[in-house]
Amino acid sequence: MDRRWPDLFTAVPLITPDAYPPMSEQKPPIPWWRDRRVIPWLVQGVVGLAMLVVIALLVGNLVRNLTAAGLLLSWRWLGQPASFDVAESLIPFDAAMPYWRALVVGLVNSLRAIVVGLVGATLLGTAVGMTAYSGNGLVRRLGRIYVEVIRNIPLLLQLLFWYFVVFLSFGNGTEALQIPGVVLAKSGLYLAWFAEGWSWQGPQLVNGIWQAPWRFSVEFAALLTGLITYTGAFVAEVVRGGIAAVPRGQWEAATSLGLHWSQSMRSVVLPQALPVIIPGLNSQYISLAKNSALAVAVGYADLYSVAETTLNQTGRALEVFLLLLGAYLVIDLLISAVMNGLNQLVQIRER
Amino acid sequence: MASHPALKAIRRELFASRTDGLISLGLLALIGASLLGLLRWAFLQAQWVVIQANSTLFAVGRYPLDQQWRLWLLVALLAMASGLSWGLLRAIPRADRSGVLWPLNDRIALALLAFLASWAPAALGLSVPLQARWWLITALLLAIRWSAGRWGRRLPPRLLKLVPLIWPLLYLLGMALISGGLGLVRVPPSEWGGLLLTVLMASFAILASFPLGVLMALGRRSELPLLRWGSVVYIEFVRGAPLITLLFLGQNILGFMLPGGLAPDRVWRAAWVLTFFCGAYVAEAVRAGLASVPAGQQEAARSLGLTVPQALQQVVLPQALRIALPATVGQFISLLQDTTLLSLIGLLELLGTARTVMANPDFLGLTAEVYLTLAVLFWCCCAALGLGSRALERRLDPTHSPA
Repeated sequence: MDRRWPDLFTAVPLITPDAYPPMSEQKPPIPWWRDRRVIPWLVQGVVGLAMLVVIALLVGNLVRNLTAAGLLLSWRWLGQPASFDVAESLIPFDAAMPYWRALVVGLVNSLRAIVVGLVGATLLGTAVGMTAYSGNGLVRRLGRIYVEVIRNIPLLLQLLFWYFVVFLSFGNGTEALQIPGVVLAKSGLYLAWFAEGWSWQGPQLVNGIWQAPWRFSVEFAALLTGLITYTGAFVAEVVRGGIAAVPRGQWEAATSLGLHWSQSMRSVVLPQALPVIIPGLNSQYISLAKNSALAVAVGYADLYSVAETTLNQTGRALEVFLLLLGAYLVIDLLISAVMNGLNQLVQIRER
Repeated sequence: MASHPALKAIRRELFASRTDGLISLGLLALIGASLLGLLRWAFLQAQWVVIQANSTLFAVGRYPLDQQWRLWLLVALLAMASGLSWGLLRAIPRADRSGVLWPLNDRIALALLAFLASWAPAALGLSVPLQARWWLITALLLAIRWSAGRWGRRLPPRLLKLVPLIWPLLYLLGMALISGGLGLVRVPPSEWGGLLLTVLMASFAILASFPLGVLMALGRRSELPLLRWGSVVYIEFVRGAPLITLLFLGQNILGFMLPGGLAPDRVWRAAWVLTFFCGAYVAEAVRAGLASVPAGQQEAARSLGLTVPQALQQVVLPQALRIALPATVGQFISLLQDTTLLSLIGLLELLGTARTVMANPDFLGLTAEVYLTLAVLFWCCCAALGLGSRALERRLDPTHSPA
């Protein structure tokens, strides 16, 4: 190989143009199926076409079969008398009232269970979640055991256990479980409350029947117990995680200011844990709302249970399904909206 | 005073202050009383005969008696495969770190297995030939584990690589054995039941929902609007509804949507609903995993000349799936629990079987025994899944130091 420097004064191009083939032969043009401008449209076209075909097939079949069965989408049946009774209801209802009224009764019952369940699960879960930071080893371990036991057993099984094994095991009349202020009988759960004139009134046995200012059905009590203990375990994990996210120095600073464990938890640590806790709570609340549909297993007349009866009577599967879907969607969105609002409130404002 | 370290620990943990001491004493009394009550009930009052008399029903439901040899064969094959995998996992640890899934608990697992094999068949009141079958199967498992541990190293590496393939093959073979066909008598899904149905439903939905979830997660993060919106609509639709309403859809409406001959029977319809349900939640877990992989990983892989699918498959997904593992297994655990909802639509899985058993006049009122047994069973399965997930997490952790 010639290692001499090229002659600097004669302008000889080091690379001659004809050393390389002309541009047109250098690269074959990119085929259209590998063109980056075409691929997205191609993929979307194929997927879109597949989706369209599947949806068209499903909906087409649905319409054809429903027409053949005489069940094409219609809402007129909602106005017909329901002719079934709902076990418990906060608003007046009887069998002569229309279907929509029965469904509203179910919705109100569902909402009642959800709201009480949310409050109960939050209280229980927060308490249990805080025990993870207790100085007492026994309390800590008990909290852990509770969470691990509850989370690994199906909710439906727990609900049936509470209802059939615990709540239905008490008798009526004098055979009921009696604690001051609370009576648990087969006919219901009776609680003491303020009667007229702000006088405290407990449950009383009148002619062999318990009477009290507040009575809940056994079904409602069993459903709530199950929902609260189950969701409480999940809330406890959320709260524990939230507290874990607060830097250790905050605890130490609070303690060195002379605050007790409970004071530092309440006024220093928990407020700072809230921004972490609330998004986690949101999803637990939504799953509690959805889990409340399991009420049908313990015979509580919630929305799903009324809807199922409605289906059995009318055969209107599609409409009932759409109503259920819409109702739970609205409940989920409501919970999310409230929790997002709360989240805005508790965000730590930095200057 | 208290000088022994254990005593000191007890003192620090339980009796640090006067209030602590009072709380501890109260709790100890409470725990003692409830434990005593529970034990007294379990040994003196409870009538476990309801479990003993129906153990076959709980295990396989109404599976035809003369075809049950197929299930025994399957159990034996499963035991052999587990023994082989277990033995090899112990014998051939991975070079970079401890390759054993449960290095410390290996002996505990062995002891547990031996205890279960000797106690459970007798406690269930099985006849002696049936007990002997269980002992034989356990012995088979242990023998294969032992020989795999002994001679597993000498197998050629190419053969060893094929060992994990046993499991998918066994799954397909198991499905064929259970449902029949290919010369075997057909056993329709309506005759499956009990634990068999629960395990089948859960395993099918888990296996099928995982790829679905990964696809939906990728779709939701895609830049192509049609894919993204399709995934979003599917995920949010499924996550917005309670599972029971979706099962309602599957049982009452799906039949109208599919062409006449194509509609699967009730059991498979429920299995598909479970799959699509779980898929949406898995998608969210995987999406969180994908979001936590830095964008630089994808860019680095692309700049090395990998195509987009290659970069996903070899660089991004392995990291994302490892991060998503705990949440995904959490979804699988709740799916296993959710199979109990099938009893509400009239399928006879474990809980459905339990309810038919308790409706039997011979066993009226024995609800506590049945529900507690099921609770213990579910608890063990779910806790085992959780333990396995944590062990797998450790095994896949790249920062884990070699043990």
